[in-house]
This record gives sequence, C-alpha cells and structure tokens, in this order.
Amino acid sequence: MSSRRELLRVAGAEPIGLYTLLRLERAELDPGAPGQFFMLEAPGRLLPRALSLCLAPPGELAFLIDPIGPGTEALCELELGDEIHVFGPLGRGFRLDVARPLLVGGGIGMAPLPFLAEALRFPPAVLGFRTVEHAEAAALLPGAELAIDPTFVTELIPPGQDVLACGPEPMLQAVAVQCPGAQLAWEAPMACGYGGCYGCAVEIGGELKRLCVEGPVLVAA
Amino acid sequence: MLLNASGCLDALVAPDVARQLDGFVTKTITPLPREGNAPPRIAETAYGMLNAIGLANPGRERFLSDTLPRLRELDLPLWISVGGFCAADYADTCARLHDVEAIELNLSCPNVDEAADSAAEIVAACRAATPLRLFGKLSAAHPDVAEVARAVAAAGADGLSLINTLRGLALDPGTLQPVLARGVGGLSGPSLKPVALAAVHACHAATGLPIVGMGGITTAQDVVEFLACGAQHVALGTVLFADPDAPLRIREALAVVQADDGPLAERLREVRANALA
Repeated sequence: MSSRRELLRVAGAEPIGLYTLLRLERAELDPGAPGQFFMLEAPGRLLPRALSLCLAPPGELAFLIDPIGPGTEALCELELGDEIHVFGPLGRGFRLDVARPLLVGGGIGMAPLPFLAEALRFPPAVLGFRTVEHAEAAALLPGAELAIDPTFVTELIPPGQDVLACGPEPMLQAVAVQCPGAQLAWEAPMACGYGGCYGCAVEIGGELKRLCVEGPVLVAA
Repeated sequence: MLLNASGCLDALVAPDVARQLDGFVTKTITPLPREGNAPPRIAETAYGMLNAIGLANPGRERFLSDTLPRLRELDLPLWISVGGFCAADYADTCARLHDVEAIELNLSCPNVDEAADSAAEIVAACRAATPLRLFGKLSAAHPDVAEVARAVAAAGADGLSLINTLRGLALDPGTLQPVLARGVGGLSGPSLKPVALAAVHACHAATGLPIVGMGGITTAQDVVEFLACGAQHVALGTVLFADPDAPLRIREALAVVQADDGPLAERLREVRANALA
C-alpha cells in the first residue's frame, strides 16, 4: 500500500450549507487520485469513517461531511488544532482519460467532485439536492447546473457525455441505466477500508466483492 | 506470538500489515465457495461492532490452487482457518493442507448455522486426517467453555483459540429495525475483553493447552492481561480495522514494558516463563 496512517491537525472546519468542510493539515499523506478515499478517526467512536477527498489545497486535505450519525457529527464538531488519525489514500479512483467529461453529483455525493473537477480542468457539472439549503454546497463547484427535488439531476444529463458520478444509490442506478460506461463512485459501510473486514461487499458482475478493494469507483455495465 | 484474528485482515491486499505480525491467520475456508451474507454486514455499537459476513470465501479448491500459493510468497508463518458444516468437511480440508504453521478449526462462527457434529467430534476427525498442529477456536457463548475445551483437548487438539465473536443485535435508532441484513451478527471489540479473559483463564486451568487469546485487544496492557490469564499467544481483530499499525504500536509498547524494571515487567517475565513451561 502507498497509503499511510498519520495524526493530522485540524486547520479549519467551516459550515457549507448543511454540510461541513473539514480541512486537515496534510503532513506526509498523499492526496491520491480523485475518487479515492481516506479513513478518518471519528472522536469517541470505535471505527473510523470512510470519506472521499473533496479538495487538496496546498498542504491540506479537505473533506465534505454530512452529519448523519454519531461519527460524522463528531467529525463536524472538530475544532482548529484538534488532531485525528487519518489513513489513506485508499481504493480505486476515477479514470481521467475521458474525452467529454460531465460530472454528476447527488447530495453529499458531490464530495469528490471539486477535486475531480480540478484534475479534469473544470469540465461541465450537474448537481442534484434535496433542498435549497443542501444546495449551498454547490459553491464548491462553481458553474455547476443545479436540480432541486422534485427535479432529478438525471434530467440534466445530455447524451454523448463521459459521465463521472457520485451520489445516493438510486441516483447511481438511474445514471447506470441512462449512461452505460459511466464511472460511478459507490458507498457502503466500511470498518477498515483496506480489505480486511469484508463489510463493504457489493454486487459487482453478479458476485459480491469488496468495494474498498474493487472500487469505490466502478464502471456501469 | 502476535497474530491476527481470522477474518480481520487480508494479507494479500495489505502485506505490510501482515508483516508486522508473527504469523497470518486466514479467513475461514469452507469446502464450497461462499458469497457470504447480504449487505449491510457490519454495524458499529458502543465499544464494539457487529459483523455478519457469513464466512465469505473462495472455497477449498480455489484457496488451495490460487490463494495459498500467493500467501506462501509472503514468507510468513501461515495459520489456516478451516470451517464446515459436518466433521467430514473439516477433516477433508485438513487432509489437503501441508507445510503450514497450524490449522485453526473454526468451531464457533455465530453467523452461519452450527455444524451438526460436536466440537470434539470435529477435532477427532481432523486429528485422524492430519499431523499438523490443530487449534480449536471456541465460543464463550457456551455455558461452560472449559468443558468444551476439555473435550476438544481429549479429542486431540494441540491448542485453543479463544474467543470468537458473541452473537448480538443492533437496531437502527430511527426505524427500530436490525441494522444488519441478517439481523444478528458477531460482537467484537473492546466490549468483548472481560468475557475473553474469563474464557482464557478457565480453559487454561482446565486443559493447560497453548492458547491464542483474543477479544478486544487494543493496547499492550491488554496483551499482558491475556498472558496473565494463561494465553501463550494473542491475536488482534477489530483494532486492525481502526489502526492498521496496531501490531507495531503494541509490539513497541510491549518492548517498553519488558525493558522496564517495574512490577509489570517482572510479572510479564513470570507469566511468560509459566506459559512456556
């Protein structure tokens, strides 16, 4: 593994709409490729939380976090100067050799797209959110076209694009049907993030496989 | 000796973590391939976690032809965890294994239906099938784990692995439905340690067999406590999920304890001397 585990210092934690952008001093950790993820120690919890990298400002790693449970809530409450262990980068990210990239995000699934947008020199992007408050996070991806519920983000995808997407499972399933060959970043509960726990099994090609090893980015069949 | 608990590490994906150990214990191998249970398969609980993986593994034939040769390239002592649904399942796999450090018989997975044969029957069948060292992995859910340990010892086991996870249930606080698709799962992590220490202590007193102690080990102090209860070796499980550097960290802390002249170091030397006697 080129990944490593380090104790990182919090450089800032700013609310962006209903989410929090947690910035950590990078130390020796490599940001990896867009779509790869890190395991972040969640204060007071037994298991770390898997989060894809949102941005890699100089000397920092930034993660967009939706406080949906005790672990992510603890991460959002971190303050300047706090320290947590971070392990990564892990998994397989997006392939960047695409001709007509279109980024597609749904809700907190937009997290890996700002870093991906930088790598692809800011291609067009479409984002879907449940509410206007959630959609404030779109500020991290300037120029993105927005769809707010009940409009689906899939309605904004023109044909003939190389889609790179991350979002909730129903959205990814819809994108997979609409855009065969799309690169989709999936999510699954993970205890370890490096192949040990077998917790993140998902069906890939008719077999249950570990998302942390085979993914999280998979190509839609 | 510092090992991993079966099913908590894939040495082929993370060889750097496996190399921090004195030996690698495989995920349990069954005669036929198993996909395992439907997701979600893991849930965090207070001071522990539940898993219901369901013995996902490539099956005996693919393990022997593909996985085992690749594991041998790591040049680590290999412990093969063997499972099944009757004594013959276990014995047939044991008979096919050669040139490995030991075999751990998984007699206690909480996530599949229990084998029809008793632990002692399974051990006896395996004893007849292989000269390799056999460690029986027992559950502390049995009302008298020492009694099972005595039966397993009488059937020819060379050692014991204590303990496996304990069956537990976690509910989603919002829906009050089980978090795991299977419903129940195996509890692991720090909440297991007192149960594991009691089992190690009782089985050590009952059999005197070498014991691999495991259950919630997170620190060097935990290791010392397992050794004090009669374990000769220890295995790391859930801690590896949170900290892949745990074996190194624990080993360094143990070296500090041993180098110290304090009462803990003296007790550790006593314990070690007794365990190895």
